[in-house]
Amino acid sequence: MALATQTPSEARARSLRVRLIPYIDRFGILLLVLLMLAIGTITQPDVFLTWRNLSNIPGQNAANAALAIGMFVVIVTAGIDLSVGSVLVLAMMTTAVLARAQALPPILLVFVPILVGIGVGLFNGLGLTVLRLPHPFIVTLGTLNIARGLANLISGGVPISGLPSEVRFLGNGVIPIGDVQIPVSLVVIAVLYVGFWVFLQYTRTGRHLYAIGGNPQAARVSGINVERTLVLAYVLCGATAGLAGLLVAGRTNSGFPNAGIGAELDAISAVIIGGASFFGGRGSVLGVLAGVLVIGLLRNILNLNDVQVFWQQVLIGLVIILAVFIDVLRRRAGSASD
Amino acid sequence: MSLETRTPVIEARRICKYFGAVTALEDVSLKLYPGEVLGVVGDNGAGKSTLMKILAGLYPPSSGEILVEGKLVRFNSPKDARDMGIEMVYQDLALAGNMRIDENIFLGREWVRRIGPFKFVDNAASLRHAQEHLNKLKIEVKSVRQRVEELSGGQRQAVAIARATAFDAKVVIMDEPTAALAVKEVRKVLDLIKDLKQHGIGVILISHRLDDIFYVCDRVMALFHGRNFAEAPLAETNRNEVIGWIMGNKSPVAQAAKIFDLN
Repeated sequence: MALATQTPSEARARSLRVRLIPYIDRFGILLLVLLMLAIGTITQPDVFLTWRNLSNIPGQNAANAALAIGMFVVIVTAGIDLSVGSVLVLAMMTTAVLARAQALPPILLVFVPILVGIGVGLFNGLGLTVLRLPHPFIVTLGTLNIARGLANLISGGVPISGLPSEVRFLGNGVIPIGDVQIPVSLVVIAVLYVGFWVFLQYTRTGRHLYAIGGNPQAARVSGINVERTLVLAYVLCGATAGLAGLLVAGRTNSGFPNAGIGAELDAISAVIIGGASFFGGRGSVLGVLAGVLVIGLLRNILNLNDVQVFWQQVLIGLVIILAVFIDVLRRRAGSASD
Repeated sequence: MSLETRTPVIEARRICKYFGAVTALEDVSLKLYPGEVLGVVGDNGAGKSTLMKILAGLYPPSSGEILVEGKLVRFNSPKDARDMGIEMVYQDLALAGNMRIDENIFLGREWVRRIGPFKFVDNAASLRHAQEHLNKLKIEVKSVRQRVEELSGGQRQAVAIARATAFDAKVVIMDEPTAALAVKEVRKVLDLIKDLKQHGIGVILISHRLDDIFYVCDRVMALFHGRNFAEAPLAETNRNEVIGWIMGNKSPVAQAAKIFDLN
């Protein structure tokens, strides 16, 4: 209706802006990553950009990257999964206990953590949809305790070290290409993120997850099976948490019962820094990756500069608040100009 | 062709609906013919929305039958109803504000392209078909790529109607489509309903606004306390009588009597 009063060129400029906004939404966070790379280079020019330092970053952040992408799927539906840190440790300890008992051929052990994750995710999803617990906070708070308790029970609460090389491969292996050693965990994360990007952006179920986050009632009356789709979201989140457990187990060549304490908060932080909305329906896979990198680079740079670990916590907290505040400002500007 | 010999496109027979101890509908029947606009009126709590949600497959009836084109059907979900061409435009519109216009129009029935064993969403087809469909309905938007949250109330209503009519709808049920609209947008929505009628689509219109009812409807029926109360072709009734029905009075005289009877 306002269109009638615009000249064609104004209309074109406007529609160009309508087309550009999604890209700004998507790539704004990458500027933050570039800024951090610049800060790292400036403060530690001799160390930061070396392969030895950079090749550490994927390994250090692979577990959080895996947790964050699953968490993102759940947050897109306006949900939350507090249990991922405990799923990580339960997956890890189950695998370590089975490895110690030599109960399974080592190659099959690789699937154990994923299956454990799927199991807990299924429980979370059914708790939400079948038991109709009022908010995913509740059921996943329950499984946060249950899974960590189980992890301690099956392992007797003590670390188990020494895992078969098959189990360690994804978390610790390297693929030599010429002189360069590509960490397998980097490949795992790349495949995982591309897979989730295609899934969320280009499959009907992926789009339904966004629709449920936007308006579950709209999804329901459009014939989408909301309950089944939600269960799938929690299963995927559990599966990636299980994978994170496998990556940590591989990297440390052990299972230890204190793994993953507070990991759910790092994953949520990465998702939120990456621009996803806590209220669901918003955010992108690229944003999540950027969020993971922001946290990872922040820790790396602060470590290189010998900043106390407690200050890292303070700074990550500030980055979360800042990132969301910038998002609020941008949204306000966007709606004011319309 | 007289009404009696035609098959109703949708028919409800003796529908009852109980929510726990509460009786929302009791023995309610309804017929709608192709190309007909039926107005459904009634006070708040008369059971209009409940009846419509049953016809749209959102609620199962406690008892009673639904027939589509003379055949007995059973809806277990809105999807079943939509598959039979029964569409509903909800009062709160039920749109996902975070998604594009075309994604909302085709929500739950996305355009897909097969690549090997996998099916992927076909955005190009979705955008194109959405634009074509909006053109057909003479609905103007800046771009079908816009997110629905950027639209005005009238445009949102138009998107909701576009969704309901995107695939061979036989029946479109509208629950208070004009309640939240600016005056000039109301006319547009009502004209859209007339267009649907021209295309042979049956429309059920719930409205509190008698102006709407008398502008577009062929027939009007009233529910009162969850029961069929009265019904007439529009030509055989008038506003005062319909107002009386809403209040539970069969005739203007009775209505006046009730109003002035202080006992």
